[in-house]
Amino acid sequence: MSIIEVAGPSAGGFQGGELLVQPAEESSAGLLRDAFRRLRRNPLAIFGAVLITVFVIVAVFAPLLAPYDPVATDLSQIRPGVFPGPSAQHLLGLDQLGRDELSRLIYGARYSLLIGVVSTAMGASVGMSFGLLAGAFGGWVDGVVMRLMDVMLSIPGLLLAIGVAAVLGRSIVSIMIAVAVVNVPIFARLLRSSMLVQGRSDYVLASRSLGVTRRKIVLGHVLPNSLAPVIVQATLALATAIVEAAGLAYLGLGSEDPRIPEWGRMLAETQSFLASAPLLALWPGVAIVVSVLGFYLIGEALREALDPKLRS
Amino acid sequence: MVKFAVRRLLLLVPILFGLSVLVFVFVRALPGGPEAALLGERATPERAAQVRAAYGFDQPLLVQYGKYLGQTLHLNFGTSTRYRTAVIDEITRRFPATIELGLSAIVFAIVLGIPLGYLAARRRGTWLDNASTVGSLLGIAIPVFVLGPLLKYLFAIKLGWLPATGRQDTRGFFDAQHPTNFFVLDGLVTGNFPAAWDAVKHLILPAIALGTIPLAFITRITRAAVLEVTGADFVRTAEAKGLTKQVVTRRHVLRNAMLPVVTIVGLQTGLLLSGAILTENVFAIQGMGQLMSGAIFDRDYAVLQGGILFLATVFILINLLVDLSYGLFDPRVRAAT
Repeated sequence: MSIIEVAGPSAGGFQGGELLVQPAEESSAGLLRDAFRRLRRNPLAIFGAVLITVFVIVAVFAPLLAPYDPVATDLSQIRPGVFPGPSAQHLLGLDQLGRDELSRLIYGARYSLLIGVVSTAMGASVGMSFGLLAGAFGGWVDGVVMRLMDVMLSIPGLLLAIGVAAVLGRSIVSIMIAVAVVNVPIFARLLRSSMLVQGRSDYVLASRSLGVTRRKIVLGHVLPNSLAPVIVQATLALATAIVEAAGLAYLGLGSEDPRIPEWGRMLAETQSFLASAPLLALWPGVAIVVSVLGFYLIGEALREALDPKLRS
Repeated sequence: MVKFAVRRLLLLVPILFGLSVLVFVFVRALPGGPEAALLGERATPERAAQVRAAYGFDQPLLVQYGKYLGQTLHLNFGTSTRYRTAVIDEITRRFPATIELGLSAIVFAIVLGIPLGYLAARRRGTWLDNASTVGSLLGIAIPVFVLGPLLKYLFAIKLGWLPATGRQDTRGFFDAQHPTNFFVLDGLVTGNFPAAWDAVKHLILPAIALGTIPLAFITRITRAAVLEVTGADFVRTAEAKGLTKQVVTRRHVLRNAMLPVVTIVGLQTGLLLSGAILTENVFAIQGMGQLMSGAIFDRDYAVLQGGILFLATVFILINLLVDLSYGLFDPRVRAAT
C-alpha cells in the first residue's frame, strides 16, 4: 500500500505547498523544545545523561586517564592462579597477564563506544533507507523489502550477528557490521510504520490536494514527522549494541588481536580464574552495565518525552 | 481466529523459503569449509577433496541447494560433519535443554514479575515501589554473561549450594534414563526423583541469569498497566457497584492489565532464544545455542542449515501463539480475527 498516490508530475511548483511547510516545521521544533524541557525535569534522564557523559569522557580521554599502558604485561607479579588484587599502585589490581586492570577498563570504553556508535549509525541508516523505500513507494517494493526484513527478523538476533561475524572474520569492523545487520530490519519496520501513520494524516491529504509533488511530501513532510520513534530506537539500540558487541567478544568472535581490551573478551578470559580472582570478572561487568544503563535511561526518557499522548 | 492462524501459518512458507536460500548462501560464504575444520590446517589437498566429495560439497551449488531443499521438505536435515550424526537427532537431543532453560527462565520472570509489578503499583511511592523500579532498571541493563559468572561464583563456588555447570551430575546419575531429553521430566517419568531434583538444581542459576531481563520488563510493564487500569472509569464503576476488592482486582484490574503484559512476555520469549546461546555458553549446557555457535566455528554446514530453519520456525510459531493468546484476554481481539 502506498502512502501517497500522487500521479505524475503534478501542477508545476504550486507555491501553496511552501505555506504548509511552515506550520509543520514550527510544530516539530515545538515538539523538540517541549521534549527537551520534559527531559530536564526527569531525574532518571539526568542520571542517564551523567552516566553517558562519564562514559564518553573516559573513552575520549583514555590515554590521559589510564595510569598504565593497557597492553603492557608484567609477568613478574603473577604466579599461576594468584593475581595481585587492588593496591595503591594498581587500583583494581592486575589481570592474568600482569596488565593493569583499570587501564584496560578505561581503554575498553573506547572500543565499546566506537562499536556502539558506528554499528548503530550503520544499522539505522541502512534500515531507514529500506524503510523509506517501502514506505514511500508501497506496492510491490514494500512487499519485497518487508518480506526480506521478515526473513531477517525470523533469525534470533545474536545468532544472526554470530553468523555475520563468522563470515567476515574476526575484527572490530566485522563486529560493527554484525551488530548493524541485526538493527537493519528493526529500523526499517519502525520507519515504515511510522511513515504509514503520518501518510494517513490530514496535512498529507492537504498537501496532495494542493498538488505538492510526492517527492516533496515524502521527504519534506512525512519523513521528518516520522523520525521521533526512530530517534528513541537509536538510543536504545546503542545500549543493545554495546551488549551484543560484548557478547560476541565473550563468545570468542572479537578482534583478532588478543591484546585489545574489549570488555566482553576480558570477561570471558577471567572465567577460568573465577574461583581465585572473582573481582576480575566483576569490573568489566560493571563497566558494561553502567554504559548500557546510561543509554537505556536516556532512551526511555526520550520515549516518554516525545510521546504525543503525554504532551501537556 | 482459525482463519487468522491459518493465514499466519501460510506466511511461514515464503519466509522459510527465503530463509533457506539465505542460510544456504550464508553457510557457503563462511571462510574455510568443513574440511579445514575437520582435518586441521595441514590437510593435504587430496584428503580435503575426499571429504568434500563425501559430503557432496564438490557438486554445483544449484544441485546442492536442490538436494538440500528436497531433503529438508522430508525433515531430513542431513549429517553433521562434526558429530557424524543426523542433524535431526542432534536437534532432538539438544532442543529440549534449551526449552527447559527458556521455560524455567520465563516462569521465573512471570511468577516473580507480575506480583512484584502489581504490588509496586498498589503501593505506589513506597520503598517497595522505588526498590522495584531501581531493581528493574538495573535488571534490564545486566547481560547474561555478566550476571551468570557472578551467580556462579557466589552460589556455586563460594557457597557451594548449587552446581555451576551442566544439566545433571553425570557421575551421580550416569545411569539415568532420558526418554524425552527433558531431564526434569525424564526423572519424573522414570521414577528417578533424585535425578529430577538434580536437574532442577542445575536449572536454577541459568534460569535466574536468563530470566532477569524478562523479569525486569514484566515488572515494569505490569506496574504501568495496573496503574493505568486502576484509574479507569470501569474500575470506579465496579467499586461503586459494591463489588469486593478481590473481585475488582481479579476480574477488572488484573484482567485488563494483562494485555500489555502478554505482549511483553511474547516479545521476551522470542528474545530468550538469543539469550539462551550465551547462557548455555556460561553454564556449559549442551543445548541448541551451544550447538549452533559451535557449528559456526566448525563450519558444520548441515547443522547450521537445519538448525537455523528449525529455530526460525519455532520463533515464528511462538510469535503466533502470543498473538493468538491476546484473544484469551481481550474479547475485542477475538471478535476481530
